[in-house]
Amino acid sequence: MSTTLVRTTARRRFSGSGRWWVPYVFIAPFIVVFVVFMVAPIVIAIVNSLFATQTSGLGFGGSETLFVGFGNYLRAFADGDFLMSFGRVALYGIVQVPVMMIIAATLALLFDSAVLKLKRFFQFAVFLPYAIPGVIAALLWGFLYQPSVSPFLQFFSSLGIDADMLAPGTVLWSIANISIWSNVGINMIILFAALQALPREAYEAARIDGAGEIRIAMSIKIPMIAPAVLLTTLSTVIGTLQLFNEPQVLQTITANVSSDYTPNMAIYAASTLGGDTNLGSAMAVILGIATLVVSLILVRFTNRTPKESAS
Amino acid sequence: MTHTTALVATRRARRVQATAHTSVGDRPRRGWAIAVTIAMVVAAIYFLAPVLWLVIASTKSAGDLFSTPGFAFANFEFFANLKELSTYDGGIFWRWGLNSVIYSVIGAAMTTFVCAVTGYALAVYRFRGRGTVIAIVLASMLIPGTVIAQPTYVLLVRLGLDNTYWGILLPALAYPFGVLLCWIYAQGSVPLELVEAARLDGAGEFRIFFSMGLRLMSNGLVTVMLFAFLGSWNSYLLPLLVLTDQELMPLTVGLTGWSQASITIPSLQTLTIVGSLVSIVPIAVAFISLQRFWKSGLTAGGLRG
Repeated sequence: MSTTLVRTTARRRFSGSGRWWVPYVFIAPFIVVFVVFMVAPIVIAIVNSLFATQTSGLGFGGSETLFVGFGNYLRAFADGDFLMSFGRVALYGIVQVPVMMIIAATLALLFDSAVLKLKRFFQFAVFLPYAIPGVIAALLWGFLYQPSVSPFLQFFSSLGIDADMLAPGTVLWSIANISIWSNVGINMIILFAALQALPREAYEAARIDGAGEIRIAMSIKIPMIAPAVLLTTLSTVIGTLQLFNEPQVLQTITANVSSDYTPNMAIYAASTLGGDTNLGSAMAVILGIATLVVSLILVRFTNRTPKESAS
Repeated sequence: MTHTTALVATRRARRVQATAHTSVGDRPRRGWAIAVTIAMVVAAIYFLAPVLWLVIASTKSAGDLFSTPGFAFANFEFFANLKELSTYDGGIFWRWGLNSVIYSVIGAAMTTFVCAVTGYALAVYRFRGRGTVIAIVLASMLIPGTVIAQPTYVLLVRLGLDNTYWGILLPALAYPFGVLLCWIYAQGSVPLELVEAARLDGAGEFRIFFSMGLRLMSNGLVTVMLFAFLGSWNSYLLPLLVLTDQELMPLTVGLTGWSQASITIPSLQTLTIVGSLVSIVPIAVAFISLQRFWKSGLTAGGLRG
């Protein structure tokens, strides 16, 4: 720890010129918004989750707040639909994350290799969906999932295949398709940027030794961009747990997406339709802890320590 | 500039070499190139076809939407649809558009400023608690915005800020990723010798920041602003929770509301389609024309974060 400090100081000579309070004035705005809009909500969520609001009588007599301890958590865990929503995103993640990463990595590797013509056009095509807000993408695909307007479903139907994209068994994968369509572009760009930064000499030698493109990609390129792969995988996993926009939008066109289809939707439903922000807060705390645990496991699993945090 | 040209030249030379190597006559390579091209064409169709459908669908009347093939143009009703979009419900669509612009542009400008001062201070000054601030920034990047959306909503209700512009603008100011990027940019673009020289010339710390620091960091700041802009433009859960007044809603909330209502009011289906197209045009243009900035931001974030 101390050696790191010394090294940092040597590399960049910080000067303590002028008044000592100057740097604090600079960081004050961030500290204020951080405390008010990140720390306070978390504290409020935890406190809020330990209480229950009871409306007395017919609702005319006002309401009173009662301390219920872990009562809301017990209610959340006893709620089969809420637990099911976690199982659903887990199943979704197990399929969607690898598919997303394989498509993104394959495209990035293809763009990085010299074989491809019209590279700029193809990159534009892959990236364009990312420039479309997630909610709008969900609305757009929502139309493409309805047999009455969708040219794709009409085409399949003419071949004798009646695909129902909104059936109870398929709608989860229809949601995954929207998310993949939207986000492959950004993941591809991150991986592609990492590939472009690699020294070409590293695999020129392997190529001269007769290694094939696929071999070079799998055993040289991918291991060398491991940090970028981890970054994109981590954000995809977190995005999976937070799934909200796509199912919430599809809910407006099909009854097969329930109001508590994903954890975030359950939180939203409990806080608005259910009118029970205490239960909603308990659910939010549970989701927050679940997200934290999953990210930590993933980071630990890949054995990578953040270098900058030590300085 | 010369550097880039040299780089391009070397790449080109390498490519020539590579082609020379291939033309020696291994057939499998050519077959591979064809396979790759076919795969890319399939991918391009997958990514572009829905957008193409949206463009075509927005030119159709409500009747033609259901009765003509999806990828074929029918009677060109785009301008009629646009007029309908502009007048429906007293032109509420443009109000939503204006709100989205307010939330994204003003929000992004304020957020970038907060990130810039913090990142600059972390890079230029050494002070007690600096390590703690850095740890906080890195740790809080792990907190996804949607997890604290519900608690933020509860907080805003207590503060009496629910259903106001401020209720959307203020929470967006806490943007740890932006602070991280600004810190990295400031480290790379603000030489301490220059700060020292300005001090010797008698400039105050704040003047140094405003007249020199901000300018030196400007490239990075564009990236942060673009990310913040996108975050706000795409934001959905928080506005959905916080805003009940139609007049305050951004496009995302307004358009999904229309989609929901189109079950009972079918004419809203066409409006949702045209509205979706109109709402993505500005963002897609901004995004694609500013590629240079955000791509550099991603690389910096990917390497350091």
